[in-house]
Amino acid sequence: MNRLLTFWGGQASHHAHQVDTLFLGLATLAVLLSAPVFILIPWFAVKYRRGKPADRTHAANRSVWLEVSWAAIPFLATLAFYVWSTRLYIDLYQPPAEALAINAVGKQWMWKFQHPGGQAEINELHVPAGRPVVVTLASQDVIHSLFVPALRLKQDVVPGRYTRLWFTADTPGSYALVCAQFCGADHAVMGGRLVVQTPADYGRWLEGMGTDGSLAAQGAVLFRTRGCSGCHGAASTVHAPPLEGLYGRPVPLADGSVVTADEQYLRDSILLPQAQVAAGYPAIMPTFQNVLGEDDVLKLVAYIKSLANAPPPTKDRDDGGPP
Amino acid sequence: MTELSYLEHGHSLKSWLLTTDHKRIAILYFLSITFFFFVGGAAAALIRIDLLTPEPDLMSNEGYNRAFTLHGVIMVWFFLIPSIPNTFGNFLVPLMIGARDLAFPRLNLLSWYIYMLGGLFTLAVLVLGGVDTGWTFYTPLSSMFANGNVILAATAIFVVGFSSILTGLNFIVTVHRLRCPGMTWGRLPLFVWSIYATSLILVLATPVLSITLVLIAAERLFGVGVFNPALGGDPLLYQHLFWFYSHPAVYIMVLPALGVISELVSTAARKPVFGYRFVAGSSIAIAIIGFLVWGHHMFVAGQSMYASAVFSFLSLAVAVPSGIKVYNWTATLYKGHIALDPPFLFAMSFIGLFVVGGMTGLILAMLAVDVHVHDTYFVIAHFHYIMVGGTVSAYFGALHYWWPKMMGRWLPLVWGRLSAIFIFLGFNLTFFPQFILGYLGMPRRYHVYPAEFQTLHVLSSAGASVLGLAYLLPFTYLLYSLRHGEKAPPNPWGATGLEWTVPSPPPQHNFHELPTVDGPPYQYPVEPDTKREGAHG
Repeated sequence: MNRLLTFWGGQASHHAHQVDTLFLGLATLAVLLSAPVFILIPWFAVKYRRGKPADRTHAANRSVWLEVSWAAIPFLATLAFYVWSTRLYIDLYQPPAEALAINAVGKQWMWKFQHPGGQAEINELHVPAGRPVVVTLASQDVIHSLFVPALRLKQDVVPGRYTRLWFTADTPGSYALVCAQFCGADHAVMGGRLVVQTPADYGRWLEGMGTDGSLAAQGAVLFRTRGCSGCHGAASTVHAPPLEGLYGRPVPLADGSVVTADEQYLRDSILLPQAQVAAGYPAIMPTFQNVLGEDDVLKLVAYIKSLANAPPPTKDRDDGGPP
Repeated sequence: MTELSYLEHGHSLKSWLLTTDHKRIAILYFLSITFFFFVGGAAAALIRIDLLTPEPDLMSNEGYNRAFTLHGVIMVWFFLIPSIPNTFGNFLVPLMIGARDLAFPRLNLLSWYIYMLGGLFTLAVLVLGGVDTGWTFYTPLSSMFANGNVILAATAIFVVGFSSILTGLNFIVTVHRLRCPGMTWGRLPLFVWSIYATSLILVLATPVLSITLVLIAAERLFGVGVFNPALGGDPLLYQHLFWFYSHPAVYIMVLPALGVISELVSTAARKPVFGYRFVAGSSIAIAIIGFLVWGHHMFVAGQSMYASAVFSFLSLAVAVPSGIKVYNWTATLYKGHIALDPPFLFAMSFIGLFVVGGMTGLILAMLAVDVHVHDTYFVIAHFHYIMVGGTVSAYFGALHYWWPKMMGRWLPLVWGRLSAIFIFLGFNLTFFPQFILGYLGMPRRYHVYPAEFQTLHVLSSAGASVLGLAYLLPFTYLLYSLRHGEKAPPNPWGATGLEWTVPSPPPQHNFHELPTVDGPPYQYPVEPDTKREGAHG
């Protein structure tokens, strides 16, 4: 049945098949619910045309049970589809833990992707078939939206916050990848391809791409060259929170609340350090908003994430501040 | 005795520009709204011509972005929102409830001047080079990045908002205070119910838009961080505020049309509207639930999964009262005496297109499907079926139905039927292909597109040219009828309702003596004043 909907872009995933099936079901429901209107109105217009003899006795002006039933029955029918579609949607918020993590930055008017091994590409995204992929999306400027019609998926890319899009592409091939949210002058050409490869081909492609080390390693370089280590490094004498073991832990804040140190918190702490100050530390960190791009921040976040299970620093902290 | 009609009561320009007569103000709105309809239509024509080929040929990327922004801004705020309420609502509400004018006649005139002031700002935007944000003004694009006349456009919409608020207020007070003796709430014509429901939204929702536009201006001019994350703001806050107005605004645009159709269907069938209480109550239900569904514009924007699930459910709920109306109109026709006059053809066209728009709205409310078709041509097609197929068809239906009352002249029925048919065909040819384009993955607001889409785009543009000509057609024969049309009797269609008891066109103060109502509305049969055959032309 779904071959009917094998349109431009095709179906590159199981999810695409499911959305198409749901859509066909809804289209059928729409036809069934509107059929009485489309059939009866022309029929009545002919049968009860003014001046034409017809039986017009006992024409009711109201009927509560009739009206309640044509309010309730279509609503109940749509509720069944509501459950179906909402379950599919909730899946989109639950990427598997083992998913391949790729970073994406949207900026006027290009897409920049980076693989965990540090391979970067522009306006093309290579992924292995059959393996879940989760793309963390950041925007350098305005709102964009990553849209792959063949996956029947899109996700807005919102400045100031990370959003995620995950999928498992099944069918190797090249598919359109576009921006769906109007983002200024060249919105219409902000696109490229999603290239789905067999795992072996993907592996070869990764090897063929030059890289300056893994994402975390590139983050470590930035950590030193951008001066982060001056305060947060092991040899530092400044009273700054250590970053080893930070990721995923609760962080008490100066205002008394507690947040989890997730990717969003790490990003915000680099770009908007005054927004959430860790308890027990002076609010002295400068913002890196005009120094680091979102892609650099993603590398730093990858580096800090790589320290999640690192041993605590073995230096002589002269402050004795909270760990 | 013969009394001067409202049209004959003074012929100077001053007698029009300083009038406080609700009927004359309705005509002022009609003229200015028609002007903006064709300006917005010209922008649409540019868009459809540009999309004939996958390459950019007519306009640059910037030019195209300005064309669709202008099309949206003008059509939403300067045509659709004021269209039926400010012309037919203004003209008819006092006549229908047995009043001599609206509650605040001078405020009514002020509303028109405010509308015109907003319109002048919009024309200034056009002359000075346009605005490039889309009619939705999403931040931070609009507040920090766009280089068009954002502030001027926001000012135009801010200003015209006050026209909406004052008009809504005027209708609410009028319906509460000026109903003639015996005109109880249960006897109000359904058009008045729908205008009343619309007015509630106008008064409650429009201020939110005004505030939001001020915040955009504050961020753009003074760098006050509200929506831009680089300044500590939140871009999703903007979307919440904008759609908190703009989704109810959809019902501002369509509720009056639903009211018109109730009148047209009842008159065509010479039967009371089936289930008056349900149809009247559904207008109020739409106005209330319509305030609770704005989040369905944000299913892929990054709002919480739980919020999306709730908004999806409420969006299904808001379809129920619309469904009641459509099924009740169908039941109204059962065992009626149906005449296929132009107003009824427009009404049938409305119902068909509104059902398609409504059903695709139901599909869009489904989360997993919306993730795919959001921001594609599927959405464009959906809301044009509601706004253009629905509201504009109802607007033309109302124009044909009340034209004899407003102008005192018959219109040529054959031409009226032809234009209803051409508008229906042209509309479907324009917008049905866009559903397919959208599901195939064609995003909105693209002036260049993959070659695979060209066939469907060419079909759509061909339909648009039929539609454009079909929209011009009524204006030619209606103008012709002003001079050459037969004089219309008070009640040419054989309709119920107080507006048909006064001469056509109505005298300046509507009623010599305020009427008294002693029964429910839509008490058919009523015999028309002249033989219909004499009217054909």
